[in-house]
Amino acid sequence: MEILEDKPGKQVLLLGNEAITRGAIEAGIDISTTYPGTPSSEIADTFSLIARSLTKQKKEPSFYFEYSTNEKVALEVAAAASITGLRALTCMKHVGLNVASDAFMTYLYVGCKGGHIIVSADDPSCHSSQNEQDNRYFALFGNAPMLEPSTPDEAREMTRIGFELSEEVKLPVLLRTTTRLNHIRGRIELKKIQKPRGKGHFEKDPMLVTVPAIARLQHPILLKKIKQAEKISEKSQFNKIINVGKPNGWGIVTSGVSYNYVKELADDMKLNVRILKLGMTHPIPNKMCEDFIKSSKNIVIVEELEPILENQFKVIAHDLKSKIEIYGKSSGHFSRLYEYNLDIVADAFSKIFKVKNPIIKPKESKITLPSRPPALCPGCPHRATYYAVKKAAPKTTIYPTDIGCYTLGKAPPYEVADLLLCMGSNAGTACGFAVATDQKIISFMGDSTFFHSGIPPIIDAVHHDHDVVITVLDNRTTAMTGHQPHPGNDFDGMGRPAKKILVEDVVKGCGVKHIEIVDPNKIKETTEAFKRALAFKGPAVVVSKSPCILLENRDKKKRGEKIYVYEIDQEKCEKCKICISRFSCPSFYYGEDETILIDSQQCNGCGNCADICPFEAISPKGVKK
Amino acid sequence: MKGKINIILTGVGGQGVITAANILGKAALKEKVNVFVSEVHGMAQRGGSVNCSVRMGNVSGPLVSSGTADIIISTEPIEALRYIQYSNKNTKIITDINPVIPYTVSVGMEKYPEIKEVFNELNKYGELYKIDAVKISKDAGALITKNIVMLGALAATDVLPFKPENLLETILENIPTKFKEMNKKAFEGGLKAIKKY
Ligand SMILES: Cc1ncc(C[n+]2csc(CCOP(=O)(O)OP(=O)(O)O)c2C)c(N)n1
Ligand code: SF4
Ligand code: SF4
Repeated sequence: MEILEDKPGKQVLLLGNEAITRGAIEAGIDISTTYPGTPSSEIADTFSLIARSLTKQKKEPSFYFEYSTNEKVALEVAAAASITGLRALTCMKHVGLNVASDAFMTYLYVGCKGGHIIVSADDPSCHSSQNEQDNRYFALFGNAPMLEPSTPDEAREMTRIGFELSEEVKLPVLLRTTTRLNHIRGRIELKKIQKPRGKGHFEKDPMLVTVPAIARLQHPILLKKIKQAEKISEKSQFNKIINVGKPNGWGIVTSGVSYNYVKELADDMKLNVRILKLGMTHPIPNKMCEDFIKSSKNIVIVEELEPILENQFKVIAHDLKSKIEIYGKSSGHFSRLYEYNLDIVADAFSKIFKVKNPIIKPKESKITLPSRPPALCPGCPHRATYYAVKKAAPKTTIYPTDIGCYTLGKAPPYEVADLLLCMGSNAGTACGFAVATDQKIISFMGDSTFFHSGIPPIIDAVHHDHDVVITVLDNRTTAMTGHQPHPGNDFDGMGRPAKKILVEDVVKGCGVKHIEIVDPNKIKETTEAFKRALAFKGPAVVVSKSPCILLENRDKKKRGEKIYVYEIDQEKCEKCKICISRFSCPSFYYGEDETILIDSQQCNGCGNCADICPFEAISPKGVKK
Repeated sequence: MKGKINIILTGVGGQGVITAANILGKAALKEKVNVFVSEVHGMAQRGGSVNCSVRMGNVSGPLVSSGTADIIISTEPIEALRYIQYSNKNTKIITDINPVIPYTVSVGMEKYPEIKEVFNELNKYGELYKIDAVKISKDAGALITKNIVMLGALAATDVLPFKPENLLETILENIPTKFKEMNKKAFEGGLKAIKKY
């Protein structure tokens, strides 16, 4: 594997996320933990791939890796290891840090021993997220040192050096990335791989137990550490000034991915500027920033999302009693919304610097194009569950939903998604609807979501006897984020055997009295099960069990089993359109004269359309009845 | 190399667009050309629209900006039009001629435009090359080589800073032995289709 090669100086092409994994390996990582989430997933998936391939070859990986139950557990597992002196990395998507934040905030009081990097993958523009929160606030909120890479190679280097920084100040370091760093490939120059430490040793220390008296002692220690980090920031190789043209008093301050746009446009627009590129963005190098303000007449601040650098620069300018003009978000030149790109930054620069915008957009085409919205795959078991639910439930039913492939049930014809806040919220909001209304409630969550944060609200439903139906869509994987294993699998992220936990056992243990376990591919039985669950007074849980068809078919192919695609017998078809407009598998399409056909390239052979066809017109191709 | 090369690859999820972009990136690295490859896709479900930027040379922004693509390669006709904002009148546009109908159209919710009109429109924006990549790939051995046909077509233009042989070499290095012959044919098929123009 290229990513494991100990060939310093070799150039390879890596994804930003893979580069972070490589940086950790170069630093001699001992333990890595995660809960998956786009755009962070490939960092952990790369650790998993390495571990699984070594396990397969009966070799011992040099690090421990796990897909933890949720982000908070992931952070706690790694924090303890770091406190024993090991080097640890925990990665998650931005909203994952909300889940881990309870541990995060006080972990900073306690501090770490072995270097610990916490990667937050933010998602400006919500490419695959429920919000676009700016997690740089977490660094300021909790007082964590923060690094922000601009390119994959810088991500590798910041990860590697980040461990040293973390050990020097004894604080976990936040490596804050955004989608456009996580998901770009660029040239990486490999550095030497250090040996991991292997085993840690725990030294007991009363300062680790944050009872109020200790917490009050730890807080000033944290502030001292962050002062020390500021000194490091002043000298950091990641904070630097780049001159473009013949600088004439204009300065640009930028960080992360925005630097790339600034640099390219400063060159292309022939600007005469000094660029202060900040890579260590908490604490910012105060002295360096002061000098930059003093030696500039005007400053432009380019940062995606929140005005975090901008506000800090205003404070510094205020303290200096400087009259400097600061252009950014509050001047109206840059937005607090969405991801930036060359077009957006060029537009702002042309206004600020009064130069011609080099980017010329062609006129828009008048042809309206059909959209290609994401849809549940052909043969997805979630579709079958939803079909049964719609048959069983009254019209006014409220459907609190959750995050996973099944959220796509929001689209017509199903429209079984009425409220979504965050992972696990389906069952909690279901309880609230039960208290507030007389409507029927059926909520949905996936199995990975169930283990992540779906269990406490079920306990709430049992304890308070809320009249809800909670559905667990058990497809045996974390499908949405790339099919990672979870506690319901009998193997773990390192490819080792693991104890499989059954959803229904947990639900039973929570005290739920009415539990239905169904195979959604048996649509009639599933419909009946939902009817019974709805009739039950009090909390009922339906566990709908059928593996994700992509995994199922992959396994079938491996075993050499044939997958039969389905076809419609045009003589039997009465054109009732139930299959195409009510069941709506994306493999269906209209041919000439409203004939209904199945695209054999797309069909995954689940056979559910054959069950719902009232005229028995659908059957597997090449199988005689 | 001097200057910048901006390449847009588009198509529908599952057609190998991202793989093609990554191979281009690896080929550039091998030729010691600075390169960024980036993929933009919403929820990575099959059947969605995919768009990748490959930038080479003196570049630091990872995504191609509007009106600056040297070439747009599309494995589906309307997907070329969807990303037409990247074109200028010198942009080469290579597209497969075979539509992939979105399910919003197959179930009658939306309309797929008249294919002739799509080509006319593309022609107005840049220098259009149409190829039957489905046929070329099937002749080479299998439809899954369609992305390699498109790379062959790209190599036939003067856009890349290295020779077709160099790109083919990288392709073959990244493909298991038993599929090498098929992909070589696909690449050459794409190359010929553009050379014939
Ligand atoms: C706090 C948080 N962590 C991670 C994610 C990313 N994420 C989106 S859906 C999902 C889980 C999907 O798995 P599952 O619930 O089993 O549903 P499936 O996709 O398999 O249908 C994850 C981890 C998130 N949105 N929020
Ligand atoms: S990946 Fe699996 S769970 Fe997700 S939509 Fe496709 S079949 Fe359904
Ligand atoms: S068998 Fe029917 S429902 Fe299942 S994937 Fe094929 S066409 Fe779709």
